[in-house]
Amino acid sequence: MENSIIKIENLIYEYVKQEVLDDGSTVEKVKRALNGISLDIEKGSFLAVVGQNGSGKSTLAKNINGLLLPTRGKITVKGVELADDERIWDIRQNVAMVFQNPDNQLVASIVEDDVAFGPENLGVPSEVIRQRVDDALKLVGMYEMRNKAPHLLSGGQKQRIAIAGALAMDPDIIVFDEPTAMLDPKGRKEVMAIINKLHEEGKTIILITHFMEEAVQADRVVILKKGSGILLDGSPKEVFCQSETLRDVDLTPPLAVELGDRLRARGMDIPQDITRIEELVEYLCQLK
Amino acid sequence: MIRDITLGQYYNADSVIHRLDPRIKIIASLLYIVELFVVDSFIGFFYATAALGLVIALSKVPLSFIFRGMKALLIILIFTFVINLFMIDGTIIFKLWIFTISKEGLYAALFMTFRLVLLITGTSLLTLTTKPISLTDGLERLLYPLSKLKVPTHEIAMMMTIALRFIPTLLEETDKIIKAQQARGADFESGNLINRAKNLIPIIVPLFVSAFRIAHDLAMAMEARCYKGGEGRTRLHPMKYGKRDLVAYVLVFAFLASIILLRIFI
Repeated sequence: MENSIIKIENLIYEYVKQEVLDDGSTVEKVKRALNGISLDIEKGSFLAVVGQNGSGKSTLAKNINGLLLPTRGKITVKGVELADDERIWDIRQNVAMVFQNPDNQLVASIVEDDVAFGPENLGVPSEVIRQRVDDALKLVGMYEMRNKAPHLLSGGQKQRIAIAGALAMDPDIIVFDEPTAMLDPKGRKEVMAIINKLHEEGKTIILITHFMEEAVQADRVVILKKGSGILLDGSPKEVFCQSETLRDVDLTPPLAVELGDRLRARGMDIPQDITRIEELVEYLCQLK
Repeated sequence: MIRDITLGQYYNADSVIHRLDPRIKIIASLLYIVELFVVDSFIGFFYATAALGLVIALSKVPLSFIFRGMKALLIILIFTFVINLFMIDGTIIFKLWIFTISKEGLYAALFMTFRLVLLITGTSLLTLTTKPISLTDGLERLLYPLSKLKVPTHEIAMMMTIALRFIPTLLEETDKIIKAQQARGADFESGNLINRAKNLIPIIVPLFVSAFRIAHDLAMAMEARCYKGGEGRTRLHPMKYGKRDLVAYVLVFAFLASIILLRIFI
């Protein structure tokens, strides 16, 4: 692909666990989390990765910025291969990450100091850090809170600060590893709004999630299946209309698809490609 | 509630003392401790009290706030006073049953208590006017020469910063665990001391587990944000001495000199 920013070729990742047996000897237990994943991610695209627990979606995320290194296979980010140890910091600067737990990823006890943590590590000059911190905080709408202590903020606010911290490193790609899993509905909405905004501004977004309603907002969806790699890959419409395949891997299709299916079963003529609630509402209204 | 705790005992105000570079404040506090042990007369103590009073006035920290911190140390103060009062021999000025008070004892008791009060007030001023974070930053910079001797100064400062950051998080975690255990019928309020200590085990074990989990998550997040140790790191708020810090240095050393002169000539 011409515009590809991340290229994953036949990625295999295995967790190795040392286990002590009764007689005192140790045995290496190998668990394969990713089994031959190949993906081409386009610059500026918004990719959602969905899968049941244990399908390796978090492992995939951590492989993309070198927190984990592939057991076999190859990942190239902006033409740089990830095994290249000397460039690992360039890659991590370029591929920022936002994790699930909002509490456990904030380092400093003042909001703006935390946002500055990334650029400080990169050795960015102080004035530039100031500028980046202010810009990032304004973008996530937390500028007024810059002198607060993170533990006094709500989960959604903390997660927005984590996003600002990722942004302040000036990355091209941001990987979100289930950023909304621990938030209340309000926080979830805030975070999704920011993710969409970042996508509009041209960042490449990779969103790991198990909320189908979030995956629908992406422009490409990849479904991972435990132990066998990529199950489905395509636009949300292409992926979510295959509701039977989704149910096979214990995933519930988005509400609109589910409802569409049931209405179809009752004999109503609903198009297969409706995946969003708004589309369904619009379609149903014009039926009258 | 547990969320409302203040870290350290920082008193938020906007004063000259608050705005001083943490390094000068740490150095001044250390020198101040030394000075209190150089002083050997009441005149010297009055002089030091006057100087301290001036700094307190400049810092805008209310006196009541400072003395609140002293309450916890009241026992030590009383203990010092009493021990000195009764244990030192000399010209007896008061006698009741087996208790005798000598002139020298009274002098020493007053002297030591005065010194301790000054010591506590003066040093608490450092933590009252400096945010814990600036304090660790200042320490890191002051200890920097030691890093040439392979002392991990940056790592120590980073550990302190993280510890400060995670105190509220771990408190919240403890709160959660206590509630979860209580919901399953654990009893933390009754029984004798040994039993109560035993009852803490179901809190401490999960707390340790979750502390390790948090540490793992945090390490991952720090690595993802390119943390690779202190080398080549820049700061959002670089520490730079300003004019007022230089003035403060001059005053601090002038005070040290005057204390030494006082000791020699009086």
